[in-house]
Amino acid sequence: MLTRRGPALLSWLLLAFAIVWVAIKAFGQGFGISGNGPQFVITALNGVSLAALYFITASGFTLIFGLMRVVNMAHGSLYLLGGYVALDLVNHGMGWWGAMVLAALITGAVGLLVHQALLRWNQGQDLRQALITIAVATILADQMIVHFGATPSSLTPPAELANSIGLGLYHLEYPVFRLFIIGAALVVALVLWLVIRFTRFGMIVRAGVDDRAMTSSLGINVPLVFGGAFFIGAALAGLGGVMGGTILSLAPGQDDQFLLSSLVVVIVGGLGSLRGAAVGALLLGLIEQLSAVYLPQQFTNDSILLTFILLVVVLAVRPQGLFGRRT
Amino acid sequence: MARGEPLLEVTGLRAYYGSALVVEDAEFSIGTESVAMIGRNGMGKTSLCKATVGMAPPVARGSIRFEGRELVGRPSYKICHAGIGYVPQGRRLFGSLTVDEHLRMISKRMVRRGRWSPDAVYELFPRLADRRRISGTQLSGGEQQMLAIGRALLTNPRLLLMDEPSEGLAPRIVEELIETCRTLVSEGIGLLLVEQNLGMATAVAERILVMVSGRIALETTATELTGDIEAQRRYLGVEPLATPA
Repeated sequence: MLTRRGPALLSWLLLAFAIVWVAIKAFGQGFGISGNGPQFVITALNGVSLAALYFITASGFTLIFGLMRVVNMAHGSLYLLGGYVALDLVNHGMGWWGAMVLAALITGAVGLLVHQALLRWNQGQDLRQALITIAVATILADQMIVHFGATPSSLTPPAELANSIGLGLYHLEYPVFRLFIIGAALVVALVLWLVIRFTRFGMIVRAGVDDRAMTSSLGINVPLVFGGAFFIGAALAGLGGVMGGTILSLAPGQDDQFLLSSLVVVIVGGLGSLRGAAVGALLLGLIEQLSAVYLPQQFTNDSILLTFILLVVVLAVRPQGLFGRRT
Repeated sequence: MARGEPLLEVTGLRAYYGSALVVEDAEFSIGTESVAMIGRNGMGKTSLCKATVGMAPPVARGSIRFEGRELVGRPSYKICHAGIGYVPQGRRLFGSLTVDEHLRMISKRMVRRGRWSPDAVYELFPRLADRRRISGTQLSGGEQQMLAIGRALLTNPRLLLMDEPSEGLAPRIVEELIETCRTLVSEGIGLLLVEQNLGMATAVAERILVMVSGRIALETTATELTGDIEAQRRYLGVEPLATPA
């Protein structure tokens, strides 16, 4: 019995209270256009599209940290690097789409380099890997300030995604690009699931996580395969950076923020679980956006705390995360 | 005793865990035949197996030549490609993989180089075929052992290294295992069987190596050992076989 009854009951009550609270605030004056309904729809969509961005970034983290158990504290730096590389490419005349693909590949290559040069010698030694990647993150953060400056900048979405479309609800309009991110997150989730579930590569990654030495003695070059998985994880961080750099901004500090959000998503969802990462990202995105709007005025500044309340509640009820395997 | 060219030739092999020496100047060679290695717990049998397939720890020094090629210092996956299949003590199946995935994860290059394909393994162990979709670790002990053997066979080895396959299995299952080993050897595979179960060891191999304190202390035959109750006591420390075969 890993789920503890008392905290579980308490957290369900908390969730129910939060839903009722938001529902009353949003639809307390009816569902008409004069009420708060339109605001709720926009806030919820903002939450879901932010969740999509968190998921894209954290899905790479769940692969690297959750599945391969490599403590990669430079994941946020790879996110920011991806965004800056894309920005640089766009400034040199490349289109947004090409910059997105190339930035993801370059970030993947940087991640692969870090893995092959620094991390694969220390497989299974969490503290060393954490310290090494913190060093990498610090160096990357400084170098990015040198090359890209400390002034926040952002990418312009491609022309075909730059408009808003009508939602057919309350005559509302919503940016196409934010909807595009939701679609991209769904595609990333589907592709990753298919790869891990059904390809030989996925089988080997799972086997290597279970028993690395045994996998190797079956003729499989495990460091090479893990290198490949690390490349994919880092490229996803870079992809997240391009998306994030387009709807939010690129600035020093974003790296820490996205490392933190990836950690929260993966820990809440459960290490190595793709479904967990999706649910964790959704919870985090919605809580951040909804709390900014629906918390009583005097608490608005404390909305960031709710993220950690989420973490505490989940860990109290299910220490292995919502969809994590018991170890 | 070895028929033809030696398949595996071990000379001056030492293996360490840190500074603790667990295999000390082990020396033996085997051909394409079946050889059993017996010895009590903690005599270094599993360490010798691990050193042979390149699993670290322990750290191995000395020489292990397989078909003339030196194995010491080579990574585990290359040793498998060279043609040694490993069935480890305790099976070590993958909890996240189904039975079928255990077989499909082996590289096509190794599967194509010999007679063992997933279908051939299912033919050898029909009970596995009915349980394809089950997680490997949910099988019964006997089925787990079949899967561990099938997985090693898929790499199409010329030498199969089995570490205590009879451990924890019912006598009826051990009988089946003995049959399987005999079939494999008759098909021309080399077999090094590491066992504490003297019944199984002597049923599968005529040539017997006895390991004591990290060394090959004695080489004998199954016939001789089954008749020598005193030697059985000394080297295995268990009650001898009730009826010498």
